[in-house]
Amino acid sequence: MDFLTDPVTFISQWVQQLLINLGIPEITAAQILPGVGAVILPLLAMLWVIFLIWYERKIIGRLQDRPGPNRVGPFGLFQPFADMAKIFTKEHITPTGADKVPYNLAPILAVGGVLGMWAVVPFSATVFGIDINVGALYIIAVGSIGTLGIIFAGYASNNKYAMLGAFRVVAQLISYEIPMVLALLVPVLLSRSMGMNSIVQAQPVWFLVVAPLPALLFFISSIAEVGRSPFDLAEAESEIVAGFNIEYSGLKFGMFFVGEFLHAFTNALIFTALFLGGWQGPGAEQYPILGFVYFILKTLVVHFLGIAIRGSMPRFRIDQVMQLNWKIFTPIALLSLCSAALVEKLAAGAGDLVRISLHVAANLVIFGVVILVGTKSLKERNARLDDLAASHRSAIHLVLGTPHDA
Amino acid sequence: MTLEQIIFLIIAVVILLASLFVVTAPKMIHAALWLILALAGVAVIFVLLQAPFFAVVQVIVYIGAIAVLFIFAVMLTRKAMQDTGSQLNRYSILAAVICIMIFGALTGMLLSWGGSATLLESGALPADSIADLGVALTDPNGFLLPFEVASILLLAALIGAIYIGRDRSSGEGEQ
Amino acid sequence: MNMVWFYIGIFLIVSLGLPAVAIFLASLLAPKKPSALKSTIYECGLETEGETWVQFKAQYYLIALIFLVFDIEIIFLYPWAVAFDRLGLFAVLEGLLFITILAGGLIYAWKKGAFEWA
Repeated sequence: MDFLTDPVTFISQWVQQLLINLGIPEITAAQILPGVGAVILPLLAMLWVIFLIWYERKIIGRLQDRPGPNRVGPFGLFQPFADMAKIFTKEHITPTGADKVPYNLAPILAVGGVLGMWAVVPFSATVFGIDINVGALYIIAVGSIGTLGIIFAGYASNNKYAMLGAFRVVAQLISYEIPMVLALLVPVLLSRSMGMNSIVQAQPVWFLVVAPLPALLFFISSIAEVGRSPFDLAEAESEIVAGFNIEYSGLKFGMFFVGEFLHAFTNALIFTALFLGGWQGPGAEQYPILGFVYFILKTLVVHFLGIAIRGSMPRFRIDQVMQLNWKIFTPIALLSLCSAALVEKLAAGAGDLVRISLHVAANLVIFGVVILVGTKSLKERNARLDDLAASHRSAIHLVLGTPHDA
Repeated sequence: MTLEQIIFLIIAVVILLASLFVVTAPKMIHAALWLILALAGVAVIFVLLQAPFFAVVQVIVYIGAIAVLFIFAVMLTRKAMQDTGSQLNRYSILAAVICIMIFGALTGMLLSWGGSATLLESGALPADSIADLGVALTDPNGFLLPFEVASILLLAALIGAIYIGRDRSSGEGEQ
Repeated sequence: MNMVWFYIGIFLIVSLGLPAVAIFLASLLAPKKPSALKSTIYECGLETEGETWVQFKAQYYLIALIFLVFDIEIIFLYPWAVAFDRLGLFAVLEGLLFITILAGGLIYAWKKGAFEWA
């Protein structure tokens, strides 16, 4: 094993040898190392956020035709440090009537729930956090801790807007968990495993090719899970001031954003592992470092896509968010799951090429049917609205609508 | 004591205390929060029992869904924060008697059962227990009927929920 | 217990500990000048009116209920998907029947207007 091709394994073996030389039994040494890894990985992830903030601000800046941070350090790279120094020295104000323990727990849960997901991410052929056989579900489970953080924040702040924001965001998060979990079921079905590393290993052909529809659903649902534009109605500044985090200040407020930035990137990581073959690529088995590079590059591309969507989409209304989820995403997810299961069983004996083309064909058929039915029902709805508009004088109210939230 | 036993004892104490607070917390919302802690403790117990699938399901279904549902229900009732009335109603003595009886019966049964005194051999569980569960769920000689009945039951629950929920929402919901 | 889950435990404790430590450090650095006015509830500069616990739409509760049912049903399908190689065509069709019943619930909720947000 060479340092250049697989540095992490090299270092860990070196440290293990060092521990054994110090007189620690070999078994104990082998048990200590993953524990140390479990401490280092969250730390690295936390530090990575500093880069993510710069990366995202820079891209959003370019999208909006301005340079983004460019004063502090080369390309504004040190801007996040300046921001950190600022936010660390801001006063923590607790509103009157706040429920102290949940109030302070909320930002911690919001970040911890995202950091915890990193435990099962397979970074390369030899370096994967912790390979548990329920990895895929573990991600969903840890993600629901973040949801709890938001409920705590909304309820404990003793503020109507915070409560309203929390209600909205939780309704959105739990709704989009359904297509997400259904879409996640397809890679699990195709690889016959819930372990993240076995899912990656089952992808000589990317699952994005085999199952394009579930991949799309997973991608959009994960944007909704982060609560970013176009699903950012939890923080609708113009409607409910700021949403669930309105009564937070200083680093407690900042933690929600650390959680959000990290969640967006983590979702890109998970999407890459599930649908883009993770670390797979030419030479990744022999040179694990190459696999790591592939993994990060693919992830950055996916993450960039997410940021580009954030920078270019207007916000949905809550009724639109709910209807998109329950009337479009969930039926498509159910259909594509059925088709994946059927094709996988019926074409089990056939070659890979036949099987994959059947999968793709089934996905295309579902997509076509959805588009047809969708445009038809849209036309009907528009015709109905036109009739209504003709029969009412106050047509404007129909078009603009007056959504009730509370 | 092994590491597992230490963890088990700590978690057991946490679960018991949290459950106690669920019953005694004066505010309903606090009871829901303590419930979350108790449920998380149960997830750890599942891990200790080498049932990681159920640990994860415990977190997803109980903490991620049922606890959220409870908090929603509590938050939808207007008097959740002010509700600091007596913890007891007129059935409390009857309930206490029934609880003590059930506790006694369970303790008696568990004491007469020798299983709790012997350790489970490590490695007794098959490595691929999740796939075994999947096979058992769809095996006609296994749990096929419960599996399908469960889906009918959940469908019935869904229909019932919608039926009740629609009535509420039309009348601006008095709970 | 599997050692793997011990590491998961460490990982989760560190994950929750990091933000907690960061907030603690920040609270040491932060100035402390509390005042009654500062800690009033912020509602766009207006004084807060009535209690926070205003009545919310029961629709939120309904969505949570529907979510719960779907969540449980989908979880049931995970072992089915993992065991896929060991299942016959009959068992796969059973899984599809399960999904169909789930879809029936979805259609019922749709027809009853549970997803209309008006």
